[in-house]
Amino acid sequence: MRAKVQATFYRSAVYAGTVFSVGVLLLIVGYILIKGIPNLSPELFAWKYNSTNVSMMPAIINTLLMTLLSLLVCVPLGIGAAIWLTEYAPRGSKLVKLVRMTAETLSGIPSIIYGLFGSLFFVVALKMGLSLLSGALTLSIMVLPTIMRTTEEALLAVPDSYREGSFGLGAGRLRTTFKVVLPSAVPGILSGVILAIGRIVGETAALIYTAGTVAKVPGSLLDSTRTLAVHMYTISTEGLYIGQSYATAVVLLGMVLLINSLSAFIAKKVGHSTTGKQEEKHS
Amino acid sequence: MNKFKVQAMKEGAAKVAFTFTALVSILAVALICLFLFANGIPGMAKIGVWDFLSGEKWKPGQEVFGILPFILGSVYVTAGALVVGVPAGLLTALYLSRFASQKAAKLLRPAVQLLAGIPSVVYGFFGLVVLVPLVREVFGGTGSSLLTASVLLGMMILPTIITVAESALNAVPASYYEGALALGATHERSVFHVIFPAAKSGVMAGIILGIGRAIGEATAVMMVAGNRTSMPKGLLKGVRTLTSNIVIEMGYATDLHREALIATAVVLFVFILLINVLTSILKRRSD
Repeated sequence: MRAKVQATFYRSAVYAGTVFSVGVLLLIVGYILIKGIPNLSPELFAWKYNSTNVSMMPAIINTLLMTLLSLLVCVPLGIGAAIWLTEYAPRGSKLVKLVRMTAETLSGIPSIIYGLFGSLFFVVALKMGLSLLSGALTLSIMVLPTIMRTTEEALLAVPDSYREGSFGLGAGRLRTTFKVVLPSAVPGILSGVILAIGRIVGETAALIYTAGTVAKVPGSLLDSTRTLAVHMYTISTEGLYIGQSYATAVVLLGMVLLINSLSAFIAKKVGHSTTGKQEEKHS
Repeated sequence: MNKFKVQAMKEGAAKVAFTFTALVSILAVALICLFLFANGIPGMAKIGVWDFLSGEKWKPGQEVFGILPFILGSVYVTAGALVVGVPAGLLTALYLSRFASQKAAKLLRPAVQLLAGIPSVVYGFFGLVVLVPLVREVFGGTGSSLLTASVLLGMMILPTIITVAESALNAVPASYYEGALALGATHERSVFHVIFPAAKSGVMAGIILGIGRAIGEATAVMMVAGNRTSMPKGLLKGVRTLTSNIVIEMGYATDLHREALIATAVVLFVFILLINVLTSILKRRSD
């Protein structure tokens, strides 16, 4: 009897906790969508921003530019580092440990510290000013560990027999890496890139003091820009544009939803290939 | 012969290039430390390290820089977030790992990921338009308070705790569970008294990761915490955290004020480094 009471108690606690978590999600997403969608209007997507239309179009374009530029820097670096870790580095070397440790440190640093560092280093010391470039470089350091970790995992999941087969046919390490190992790791790498895009799109604290808050499409890499998240931060803290803030939140949420479903789609593909591997092991 | 030479050169160049990319993260950490410490420590020294860390007043106009209120603010807000986020997060992780049907888990996992993907500015805005008025109605005051910030942060750290705790729970060997069942324990008792304790270090790592997220969050906290510079006075009073102090004042600070803000970041950075060390110790133990 006591065992039964205890079991019921534990079970209801688990259900209550889960309902809370799901409730939080439904509340936030539901509230933003219900309040925000009626506030979407064509003038919010006008080409030029001014204080009457509060258009988010320049910010949307800036977000795309910022994302592309950051990825351009951090994807090659992150993939290269992961290739070095899995394919080239001597096993158990001290340098490997140091690279892993620093990457882990980077992934724990809060975005405001990245922002401050970016403003001290890129904006002031390298004289790039508040600009698209300063912001993108700051963000690429911020998401570097994400790309490194997911790529490394994807590369480690490629069976060693692939490499041995390629070496056996006379291919060198470079050829093996690019023609054999990397292609089979593409879905894993992609899911890391998408994770990184999600962080870039949602970032505010690291950008306010590196890319600034100018609501215009930049003419050059050295012009100040605001991304959609920073735009939303600016208009919602000013307190004058609550309706527009709701609408901007809807667009931001839409982007995140899109990014998430893309990554879920890719993860499913990866999942299929790994379960296949497990079955092989069992037989 | 010549062809082989070209090949060997290519291989060599590739090795150098890959090694260089791997060094970038070391370089980045070195630069971050260098720039933060070089710009923050002198300011801290000018103010006096002890006066800076234990000073109860922050008055940039009079050159009085004490960050104890913000240190306490960060600690209180984080503790509050844990009170809200940890029980719900762990219970959800238990559900996902040991109670949910495959179908339910398939629906719930993307939901948790979505929760993790919502930008902090959207969380902050939600706090501003829903939680702040709610706290104001129910408890009085302005609504922008320690309580509001704690609840919001508790929601924000949910996905971190759920994901890490779930994978720790999943990693517990099936024999533990089967052993408990064989001894006559119910499913619930086996999960709570055998599997959960066995996953302890992994679960702790998740909680500490959540602490790191809560203490480092700037935008969302700043939008709902009230940001008073005085010492925290109660659950319903405004507080300012280390992070929001930097975001709020960095835009116009100059000279010693600016250095004091960078020194604030140094203190935050040291907190984060300590948390990282703790996480890696726990991770090693759970492996």
